[in-house]
Amino acid sequence: MSILVQNLSKLYGNQKAIDSINFEIEKGQVVGFLGPNGAGKSTTMKILTCFIPQTSGKAFVNGLDIEENSIEVRRQLGYLPEHNPLYLDMYVKEYLSFIADVFKVKQKKKRIAECIEITGLTLEHRKKIGQLSKGYRQRVGLAQALIHDPSVLILDEPTSGLDPNQVVEIRQLIKNLGKEKTVLLSTHQLTEVEAICDRAIIINHGGIVADKPTLELKSGLDKQTTIDVVFGNSISRALLEKLPGIQSVSGQGIEFTLTAEINSKIQEALFSLAVKENNNILSMNQRQTSLEEVFKTLTTDDNHS
Amino acid sequence: MITILKKEFRSFLSLLIAYVVMIVFLLITGLVAWVFSDTSILEGGYANMDIMFNTAPWIFIFLVSAITMRSFSEEKKVGTLETITTKPISDMSIILGKYFACLLLVLITLLPTLIYYYSVSQLANPIGNVDTGAVIGSYIGLVFLAAIYVAIGIFSSSLTDNQIVAFILSMFLCFFFYSAFDMLKNIDLLKGSQFGIDWFGIGYHYSNISFGRVDTRDIVYFISMICLFIFSTKAVFSSRKW
Repeated sequence: MSILVQNLSKLYGNQKAIDSINFEIEKGQVVGFLGPNGAGKSTTMKILTCFIPQTSGKAFVNGLDIEENSIEVRRQLGYLPEHNPLYLDMYVKEYLSFIADVFKVKQKKKRIAECIEITGLTLEHRKKIGQLSKGYRQRVGLAQALIHDPSVLILDEPTSGLDPNQVVEIRQLIKNLGKEKTVLLSTHQLTEVEAICDRAIIINHGGIVADKPTLELKSGLDKQTTIDVVFGNSISRALLEKLPGIQSVSGQGIEFTLTAEINSKIQEALFSLAVKENNNILSMNQRQTSLEEVFKTLTTDDNHS
Repeated sequence: MITILKKEFRSFLSLLIAYVVMIVFLLITGLVAWVFSDTSILEGGYANMDIMFNTAPWIFIFLVSAITMRSFSEEKKVGTLETITTKPISDMSIILGKYFACLLLVLITLLPTLIYYYSVSQLANPIGNVDTGAVIGSYIGLVFLAAIYVAIGIFSSSLTDNQIVAFILSMFLCFFFYSAFDMLKNIDLLKGSQFGIDWFGIGYHYSNISFGRVDTRDIVYFISMICLFIFSTKAVFSSRKW
């Protein structure tokens, strides 16, 4: 068990930032921590990394209590804080060397060179951090989290504020890291969870509202399926409405959007209909329920009990 | 601790703070001790360095405050405090690392003034006829004084994320502990108490030690003041966890 959280709560004054949450993360999992702003994602991460203490409850990293073995926990964690604070007046290598010293990394030079290579900083490693673009600063942030080869990585919004290409690169990097390390990352972007996480924990108002493997999370809410279909020749709408399991039909002429009950084998029915009518199908596309929809359903107040 | 010290000291060098501090300090003490005719050792006719040791505490009030003001304020503002406190390093190591980096810079700034001592002793008649004991005492006093100032500065910096506030607060506290008690002594209300209130001030102990009389009571006072402010810093620094 890499991370174990039991009844963890945090009060800021009278405001409950997180309210007795429980979860556990197995070794080697990549878990996405999702939720709207102010849901308690960063608070949970700050507690796990021993930056702030919890009000009540327990948390363990690699079996070590974060309160009792704070220093040891910090030694085993790699942490990229939100907004990625860095010493802007230091050089990239100088900074990494400083962090490596803090961790007492053996074979420091070699390890720094490795981290620079993994994070794709090779071209920029002679610059001052202040001169780097946001994407490269983020890589420096990741490099410092990796320098001591931690078994658990906690990344708070690792891709926020990056351009789309950089997002893809950083995601790929995290995915590669996830092959051997436990990764807990927070994000608002659901596509990110879809792209890199094995599992998503959705948190809202300080409580966990869903905790499922990414694949299950999507299918769990599917009660119907939506299909876009384009016919070769125009077809009457009434015929489509008569298909088994159909719930609604929109569109006219050759383009239609159908919704049908899940498992109603609507695609097959459409093909046989087209054959029967001497028509043909130019394209057919089943829409995936996106995590966005799942997320919306789970985190809007109407559905929050 | 050594890691933090190294990093802090490097940043003094790379941000030019170190050079500016040294130049300003040496320029002011140099002018006061050798050039300005009102105060110059050459004009004074005595082979001593009192003028430098009397001026230095005042220059240090703003120079030390300037050195220490960024130590915690900046890290708080930029957020790097989160980076560093989530590393396997204790709060005390961070504080001491920063403390000794600042103190080291002050000590290095003081080093060139040893030339003043050499010059004075060469100028004395007969050559070498200087009250060396008093000079050594004064240097010890000045080092302790700087050590307290640095502790005060670090403490002020830990209180706020605004460097200007830290700077002004640190100057005020340094001034207060250096000379305010001497001045309070003269208020009628406090006159005549057996132990003068000036005993609480740094100035009283500094002038004691400047005579070349290294008294344990003064040393204990200096060390207690340093500890007081270091532990206050620790309390403030750890208060994020309250």
